[in-house]
Amino acid sequence: MTAIDPTIAAAKSQRGWYKRNEIAVTPWLFLAPAILFFVFYVVWPIYQSIAISFYDWDGLGEARFVGMDNYAELMDDSAFEVSLWNNLKWLLFYLLAIPGGLFIALFLNQTVTGIRIYKSLFFFPFVLSQVVVGLVFSWFYLPNEGLLNTVLGVFGMGPINVLGDPTLATYGIIAAGLWPQTAYCMILYLTGLNAVDPEQIEAGRLDGAKGWRMLWFIIIPQLKPATFIAFVVTIIGALRSFDLISVMTNGGPFGQTRVLSFYMFEKALSEYGFRMGYGAAIAVVLFLIMLVFIAYFLWSMWSEERGR
Amino acid sequence: MFPTPIEKGSRTWQLTYQSLLPMALILWLLPLIAVAIFSVKPAVDFTQGNYWGMPSSFELVNNYGQVFFNSDMPRYMLNSMLITVPTVIGAVTLSCLAGFALGIYKFKSNIWVFFMFVAGNFVPFQILMVPVRDLTLDMGLYNTKTGLVLFHVAFQTGFCTLFMRNFIRALPFQLIEAARVEGIAEWKIFWYVVIPLMKPAIAALSVLIFTFIWNDYFWAVVLTQGPESQPVTAGITSFNAQFRAAYHLMSAGSIVAALPPVLMFFAMQKHFIAGLTLGAVK
Repeated sequence: MTAIDPTIAAAKSQRGWYKRNEIAVTPWLFLAPAILFFVFYVVWPIYQSIAISFYDWDGLGEARFVGMDNYAELMDDSAFEVSLWNNLKWLLFYLLAIPGGLFIALFLNQTVTGIRIYKSLFFFPFVLSQVVVGLVFSWFYLPNEGLLNTVLGVFGMGPINVLGDPTLATYGIIAAGLWPQTAYCMILYLTGLNAVDPEQIEAGRLDGAKGWRMLWFIIIPQLKPATFIAFVVTIIGALRSFDLISVMTNGGPFGQTRVLSFYMFEKALSEYGFRMGYGAAIAVVLFLIMLVFIAYFLWSMWSEERGR
Repeated sequence: MFPTPIEKGSRTWQLTYQSLLPMALILWLLPLIAVAIFSVKPAVDFTQGNYWGMPSSFELVNNYGQVFFNSDMPRYMLNSMLITVPTVIGAVTLSCLAGFALGIYKFKSNIWVFFMFVAGNFVPFQILMVPVRDLTLDMGLYNTKTGLVLFHVAFQTGFCTLFMRNFIRALPFQLIEAARVEGIAEWKIFWYVVIPLMKPAIAALSVLIFTFIWNDYFWAVVLTQGPESQPVTAGITSFNAQFRAAYHLMSAGSIVAALPPVLMFFAMQKHFIAGLTLGAVK
């Protein structure tokens, strides 16, 4: 036997180690790039934001530790209060997209000629960017020339300046947001309706269920997965609302259309000064609100995983 | 099928439905139709208060010509392309790898890694804003397309991994077991067995992410400024400042800005909807 070249031996034992542990090691090799990116840009910044919220920092100079001061200041900040209430309105009224989407889906769930084109045209608003939706709706609401007031004028009503009115403006923006969101929910329900078990419908018909009772007791329970997803995306959409507000009113009139996400941006990055710490504190509040929902979503996903 | 198919209804109901359909559609798309009409109107219509009437002359070529040759719009469109396409490629690649790992292998922390991606995907952007902007500044990538792409890839990886992992879970696991029995290396199983089966998921994700990133506004505002790297969603605001109250040009600009995802949607409709509704049916 000749002596084995040590490098070859090392290579062999290395390959051997990988071969022996292939099943255990491979997933981590596959996961590494995604985890690196995600931790670097998403997980770590969450921690950093929470940390920054305890500091007074203009983004350039030295940060000064102030403890809970930022949060204490939030308590007395009337603009923060307005934003919080507006977020609540968004959460509540944005959910109208779910019954709205179901309604349109039921309306379109037929097999007449050309229905496919109708379905995709009804879905169309979802593909538009929120910036474009915002522009379109702000022209729709124009105080004198807008289409809304032209139509109201025909019925002898109006004119109303939706986006100029502190109480109406938020609802006007939510209505604009509902347009693409309803389209999204519609497509979810159309897919759901496609998968409804025809035998159960037949059985229901034999038992004399019709119309509303059929919908409520037989159809809606079967649409549960679609409803869950519609709920998730609508809640997230409501709490993320930023684009529409920025384009349509820029927070006005008198700051009455601000929501937390917008107010945070204003505090941290706009002409009102660079208060990173205060902005981060607002973001943390928004994050905590979202965390309630995230926990719920994860919990329901988890129980479904276990049920499998 | 629910509701009862229209063919089983009375003749009158059928006719009512047939006429209700186009009316409902026009009502639903009214704001959009208005903008489309705006975009072919001459400027004089707006100064004379003819907002909602017929255009007094047909200025399609003129208005869109202005957008393409007399503004920064083409520049913004190019930026959007250069941001969106690399993001799609990056996010889909990373999530194919991660989705494979989470979908195929059973290891203790599997569910926790998965939940990290899912939870991160739901997080409000604002909590990331200050640190990510800072990070981008520190890396010298502020106001570059690269900076925007890197962040988008990272953030979209959350959603994409959720999607891919669920898709791979639904594949027949026997295929992988059979390959293992044959002694095929794990990465070869990924490349030769799983990837070909994932083609529909890759197509669906690509169109979805294309639309999401093209339509992003928040990060464009936070991480870029000025025409050299801003995408079209942010550019349209400066475009509108340039043509203040010129509704015909602003409408034409908006339509141009919205067009790529719309074309994408109509061309890849099946994949798009399959992607959006994954999970809507058990």
